[in-house]
Amino acid sequence: MDATVKSHFIGQDAGHAGTKGLVLWRPTAKTGLMSWLTTVDHKRIALLYGLFAIFFLFVGGTEALLIRLQLAVPNNTVLTAHQYNTMFTMHGTTMIFLAIMPLNSAFFNFIMPLQIGARDVAFPRLNAFSLWTFVAGAIILNLGWFMKDGAPDAGWFGYAPLTSKMYNPDHSIDMWVMGLQILGISSVAGSLNFIVTIINLRAPGMTMMRLPVFTWMTLITSFLIVLAFPAITIALVELMMDRLFATNFFEASNGGMPILWQHLFWVFGHPEVYILILPAFGMISEIMPTFSRKPLFGYPVVVFSGAAIGFLGFTVWSHHMFTTGMGTVATAAFALATMAIAVPTGVKIFNWIGTMWGGHIRMRLPMLFALGFIWMFMIGGFSGVMHAAAPADAQQQDSYFVIAHFHYVLIGGSLFAMLGGLCYWFPLVFGRQMSERWGRIAFWIIFAGFNVTFFPMHFLGLNGMPRRTFTYDGNLGWNTPNLISSCGAFFLGLGIAIFFITFVYGMLKGAKAPRDAWDARTLEWSLPNPVPEYNYAVIPTVHARDALWYQKHHADEIRQEEEAHAKEEDAHGGIHMPFQSFYPFVATVGIFIASWGIAVTDHSSNPAFWTPKVTVTIVGGAIMLLGFYLWSLEGADGYHIHVKEEKKSHS
Amino acid sequence: MSSPAATVAIDHHHDHTTSTGIPNKKLLLWAFLASDCMFFGTLISTHLIYRLHPVPGGPDPRHIFSIELTSFSTFILLMSSLMMALAVNAIQKGNVRSMRASLLTTAFFGAIFVGCQVYEFHHFVMEKHLTISNSLFGSTFYTLTGTHGIHVSIGILWLMSMYFFSFKKGFSERNAVDVDSMGLYWHFVDIVWIVIFTAVYLLEFI
Ligand code: HEM
Ligand SMILES: [Cu+2]
Repeated sequence: MDATVKSHFIGQDAGHAGTKGLVLWRPTAKTGLMSWLTTVDHKRIALLYGLFAIFFLFVGGTEALLIRLQLAVPNNTVLTAHQYNTMFTMHGTTMIFLAIMPLNSAFFNFIMPLQIGARDVAFPRLNAFSLWTFVAGAIILNLGWFMKDGAPDAGWFGYAPLTSKMYNPDHSIDMWVMGLQILGISSVAGSLNFIVTIINLRAPGMTMMRLPVFTWMTLITSFLIVLAFPAITIALVELMMDRLFATNFFEASNGGMPILWQHLFWVFGHPEVYILILPAFGMISEIMPTFSRKPLFGYPVVVFSGAAIGFLGFTVWSHHMFTTGMGTVATAAFALATMAIAVPTGVKIFNWIGTMWGGHIRMRLPMLFALGFIWMFMIGGFSGVMHAAAPADAQQQDSYFVIAHFHYVLIGGSLFAMLGGLCYWFPLVFGRQMSERWGRIAFWIIFAGFNVTFFPMHFLGLNGMPRRTFTYDGNLGWNTPNLISSCGAFFLGLGIAIFFITFVYGMLKGAKAPRDAWDARTLEWSLPNPVPEYNYAVIPTVHARDALWYQKHHADEIRQEEEAHAKEEDAHGGIHMPFQSFYPFVATVGIFIASWGIAVTDHSSNPAFWTPKVTVTIVGGAIMLLGFYLWSLEGADGYHIHVKEEKKSHS
Repeated sequence: MSSPAATVAIDHHHDHTTSTGIPNKKLLLWAFLASDCMFFGTLISTHLIYRLHPVPGGPDPRHIFSIELTSFSTFILLMSSLMMALAVNAIQKGNVRSMRASLLTTAFFGAIFVGCQVYEFHHFVMEKHLTISNSLFGSTFYTLTGTHGIHVSIGILWLMSMYFFSFKKGFSERNAVDVDSMGLYWHFVDIVWIVIFTAVYLLEFI
């Protein structure tokens, strides 16, 4: 990255004498393809996460447009029923696991270490591993498009027995299972890393109650991932056992209970929706104070309500199963718990409004998206509470009303916040500004397109249009709303396209952004843009909640402190940077091949035909183990960069 | 800081300056074990739910289990935890030799446990005709205990890697955190087994 960086291998003191003998090739390229495949820098990993996530946002978007095209008019035949099933399955799976979650990971990776004053995450190579396993899982999931078996077609929730060998004999479900399984590994590995980073690598003075809210939400989200994903991992293991080894977990004819799948799935699935929205809450809580020029109103309440949402998220899963006949007591309990979740959620909205209250509001692009978020998310929250009333939900379940609800929270909520976040941190990441004018045009098209698409769905749902239906009859009264909705969808797509064209243009040609472009409050903005490889030349000391704001008003004190620290760090031999590594990538290649073996390679009940499957799987497993082993043997050494030389080259 | 450990995912160049004083590696393991709790929790729940709704005419576990053998292997596994604790204690005092002996014993006891499980599975399939696919009980039983067996096997691999690694020059009490983290994993796997032993085996006999 930096031509002036002088790096050298650290001296091997007595304790490290052994490492030398291992003769492992350390990649050192700082540019070119190899540097990206072996990078362990959290900022580069974040950029790759973002790149892939935006790519899949467009893949998922295309699938959505095909769905809306098919539903635009009654008795349409653009898609067959089966193609329609693959479209909505892949659309849901792609948007949740390959677009929104990784885009959140991109933010976590880039922003969180900077906000807490860290040089990197706690385990840089594990971080690279999370990235590559995400890519591997995404490829496995989408492999079906290029194979004769086709893409997965049993819905993103994969309800039993739709996924059983009997109803779905081909490989599409195997690919879905293995793809999700690998994505689970990726998410859990990433989250463990973030948890350790936030708890252990905070700059001096950065107490937990001084953490920026975005970092807090990263922490809570990471805990949700670590605790919720095992449920779906086991569900998928059981499903895979059913499919490969004829076990009976979800096999009703042998006593298995398909309803168990629903429980396991939603024990994961409901926390998952908070995994998708809590980062958005974090971003809004950064944007609001900056553009209202006031500290966040009620910081402790925002943090604790986030934690409360995270906790309650585990207690409400059965509200997705009101119509499965759980009995009145269970139904009432889950309805109450669900309504309780609306309380901390509502509290947050009041906090944001309280932040704006009496502030000097600057209506820049990120703020516009934040306001759009509040409005859209509130509508989604209201329909959520409507579902929470079990008798009402009995009517709404599996209708377009539910579709309207979760798109208001997922697009109007998560995606809006993230688009706002992209505009907000843009100057820090790319050192340039996005065009405010084109950004606004994109915002209004997205805002209008989104509402035109999804608002009519409330009425369609209440008028009885079921979800997951590939077409409908012309005389049910659904024609006009459907047509409006489809037109809105294409308008929404146009808006998103304009947004990302503006984004890329700004990245390449935008006006140069000054340091601290928005006059912001949190630590990451104290850095020059683009951010140097080692983040902080001198680790800052934190004195207040809005750390940068404090620094800006206590400049002298901070300067003295920095000088003292610089001396100290130099005495330690400079800034310690981790080496790049091949092995996270190698291990991932192994995992990819192994899951290819399990999911894609053919087999039958005749043992002889198992050979290719087992062989491919074992080869993949061996490569994976080799990758892990070399990874552990190469050790966690690194090189040093000296602050003084660095400071000169940056000032 | 210290040398590479024979385990994945151990980068800890920050260890000397963590905010909490807990080494990163250990915190990582704690968080991972929290996740693993949910993992086993889900498997055990599945098993228990299906035991509460047994299929009529299904196999009777009391006729299948040989509780003496399983009690023995459980005892051995518990003893291995003791050995693991001794290993950690030894390395914390810088006694590499004693640590190696304890590590080997731990791995050996672990291997006896896995051996018993292999025998048990073989016996159940061959003599008691309980397979993974011919009954719901078989499906949940083998999946749950098999998953635990895989955890133990990974632990043995880890122990052995650490054992061989300890012969490299410079291995000293500075590696205590590596051994300690591995110990956490091993104890966790043991505790999980006690829960499984109680919920899957002993509950059948009350
Ligand atoms: C005030 C807070 C919320 C409440 C009370 C609430 C309530 C509900 C209820 C009761 C359902 C089940 C409806 C049914 O299937 O009949 C539901 C579905 C759903 N909700 Fe929410 N929700 C809330 C917030 C959110 C958030 C923040 C998200 C995501 C970011 C979300 C995403 C979803 C999704 C994806 C579904 C449908 C899942 C499916 O069937 O495929 N919800 N919500
Ligand atoms: Cu839910």
